[in-house]
Amino acid sequence: MKVAVIGVGSTKFGEHWEKNLRQLAIEAGTKAILDAGIRGRDIDAMYLGNMSAGRFIGQEHVAALVSGELGLTIPAVRVEGACASGGLALRQGVFSILSGQHDIVLVGGAEKMTDVMTDGATSCLMGAADQEWEAYYGVTFPSLYAMIARRHMFEFGTTREQMAKVAVKNHHNGSMNPIAQFTNEITVEDVLNSPMVADPLTLYDCSPITDGAAALIICKAELAKKYTDNPVYIIGTGQASDTLALHDRKSLTTLDASVKAAQKAYKEAGITPKDIDLAEVHDCFTIAEIVATEDLGFCKKGEGGKLLDEGVTNIDGKIPINTSGGLKAVGHPVGATGVKQAVEIVLQLRGQAGKRQVKDAKIGLTHNVGGSGATAVVHIFSR
Amino acid sequence: MIGIVGYGGHIPRFRIKVEDIAAVWGADPNSIKNGLNIEEKSVPSIDEDTATISVEAALNALKMAGIDPQDIGAIYVGSESHPYAVKPTSTIVGEAIGCSSEFTAADTEFACKAGTAGIQMVMGLIEGGYIKYGLAIGADTAQSKPGDALEYTAAAGGAAFIIGKKDIVAEIEGTYSFSSDTPDFWRRDTIEYPSHGGRFTGIPAYFKHVIASTEGLMKKLSLKESDFDYAVFHMPNGKFPLKAASILGIDSKKLTPGFVVKKIGNTYSGSSLLGLAATLDVAKPSQRILLTSYGSGAGSDSFSIKVTDLIEEKRKNVKKIQEYIDNKEYVTYSQYTKLRGKI
Repeated sequence: MKVAVIGVGSTKFGEHWEKNLRQLAIEAGTKAILDAGIRGRDIDAMYLGNMSAGRFIGQEHVAALVSGELGLTIPAVRVEGACASGGLALRQGVFSILSGQHDIVLVGGAEKMTDVMTDGATSCLMGAADQEWEAYYGVTFPSLYAMIARRHMFEFGTTREQMAKVAVKNHHNGSMNPIAQFTNEITVEDVLNSPMVADPLTLYDCSPITDGAAALIICKAELAKKYTDNPVYIIGTGQASDTLALHDRKSLTTLDASVKAAQKAYKEAGITPKDIDLAEVHDCFTIAEIVATEDLGFCKKGEGGKLLDEGVTNIDGKIPINTSGGLKAVGHPVGATGVKQAVEIVLQLRGQAGKRQVKDAKIGLTHNVGGSGATAVVHIFSR
Repeated sequence: MIGIVGYGGHIPRFRIKVEDIAAVWGADPNSIKNGLNIEEKSVPSIDEDTATISVEAALNALKMAGIDPQDIGAIYVGSESHPYAVKPTSTIVGEAIGCSSEFTAADTEFACKAGTAGIQMVMGLIEGGYIKYGLAIGADTAQSKPGDALEYTAAAGGAAFIIGKKDIVAEIEGTYSFSSDTPDFWRRDTIEYPSHGGRFTGIPAYFKHVIASTEGLMKKLSLKESDFDYAVFHMPNGKFPLKAASILGIDSKKLTPGFVVKKIGNTYSGSSLLGLAATLDVAKPSQRILLTSYGSGAGSDSFSIKVTDLIEEKRKNVKKIQEYIDNKEYVTYSQYTKLRGKI
């Protein structure tokens, strides 16, 4: 299977007090259209990842909102899968091209989260968990991932310092990314001494509340060279689901949905984890990056923490992880994240990632998770 | 030449430490102290309110001004904690300090900047030739919901300024305001405690207005940062004014004399005016002070104030702001809840 990415665009991620959802989406979409060198009328369909505009800003029907603002009358579909909404939107866009129905598709992801207060945002996000069996008992996402962290520490000896190193690395990478919400470097001590959120996770272990949007123009592979000399191809995609509630899973330290989605994507691309040059993984909490590097096959189960000690996942390491700064430093506008991950991989494979450029990057992977792992979607990109 | 004829402040003597509030809510006192850059806040006694604080401050101002209170033609008291929703604080003050009945009066409300708005109103009446002297006061006994972030800073205090054209201790060289409809902090009628927009109170609210107003003033008067010897910004906490100074390129040392927030908290309508009074307490003749208030909702008033030769003589016998800051008695959280009428 082959679909090409010919345009990428992204807003700055952060607290956009003076911009609304539609402005953010339009900005990212317009940038992607300009980057692709196409015109609006060339686009056949739009898929928009958005988790919870209905609760964040009281606006449903957001796909038509955005396509209408872009002056387009094409089919526009909102795709929702909690924090994996963006990745799912990309997958639907890919399928719509593979089906032969469309030639050029706009894939977007957008979320406006700061119009509600922190407790309001926390409550919206809990919509991604099991309301009856998790939320009603007072659990929040930090506490769910704290349980994963505790179990990982217990089973494999993963340390707080190793988790902190995820945040330190991702802030370092974010410091070189013009769209990142946080561009300040931090230390392991900063992470360990930041206020406790859900033991053992402290404030700097957690991704922030963010406004932002990202967009891609994808097209039939055969058409790509017509628009760009530097196309990036999507060579594999996989998606899997699991129980919404964390406690219903076989293991707390593996997200089965991630494992299955990755296996499917690797198989489709005809490659193995060893062939991946860099990956954007879903580090909503630092422990999530450690678990992801294991589930995606970059190391054995339980050894994700060691990768941090050895610098393996640094930009100049063997398998650079979250060169963009990840959800931790770039920010996590939930519906936009999956698309932003793809934007970063495309920039890297094109050689346009500036100071955070990974040398000779040929194959990249994105890994986007919904909730505590009930949805996972993986894409593999190649030059 | 219009300016300040006399000024004075008042700060209740009770204090509560950040540690004592944090202990009740299970919060980490150090992260709050670092986050807000504040150590303790003033607490009004059970019989202190905006009216009593205003009267104390006005009496100090009157003492410095050395004028006949019967010559005061206007009184404006700015506060968001007027004792009455309907019935003015300003007439209580006028009566208590011995004014005639021939004065105009009104209470003003603009979150934390109603006091500086009062100064501007008085300036207009004087420049228009309607009155000889006017009294503008900013004072508050600020409310905060138990457990809210505001509880660490919401304090009590106020300052009074008598404005006129004769025997001034400081000239008001000019004023400039910047306002917009920005819902960062509010309290609806009959609701006991204010609400706020969390981080929205920062960049799009406080900083936007404080910076725009200050820059507007400097442009209007053709002044630059280096022309000011001191600067006072509204002090909702100990962090915001320092950041505003840094954005404006103003040396943080220029804030020091008026930086009262660390020891008394945010006195709302009294905050920037107490800062100005504390700065005037130490300023030398011909030094220039920048004052920028901030009120949520939102707006800022900026003033350029130049000290005259008369200040050293006139401020001699009036109680300094620092004396109020140093005169303190700590209360526990339990006593605090009683004093604030929460129990």
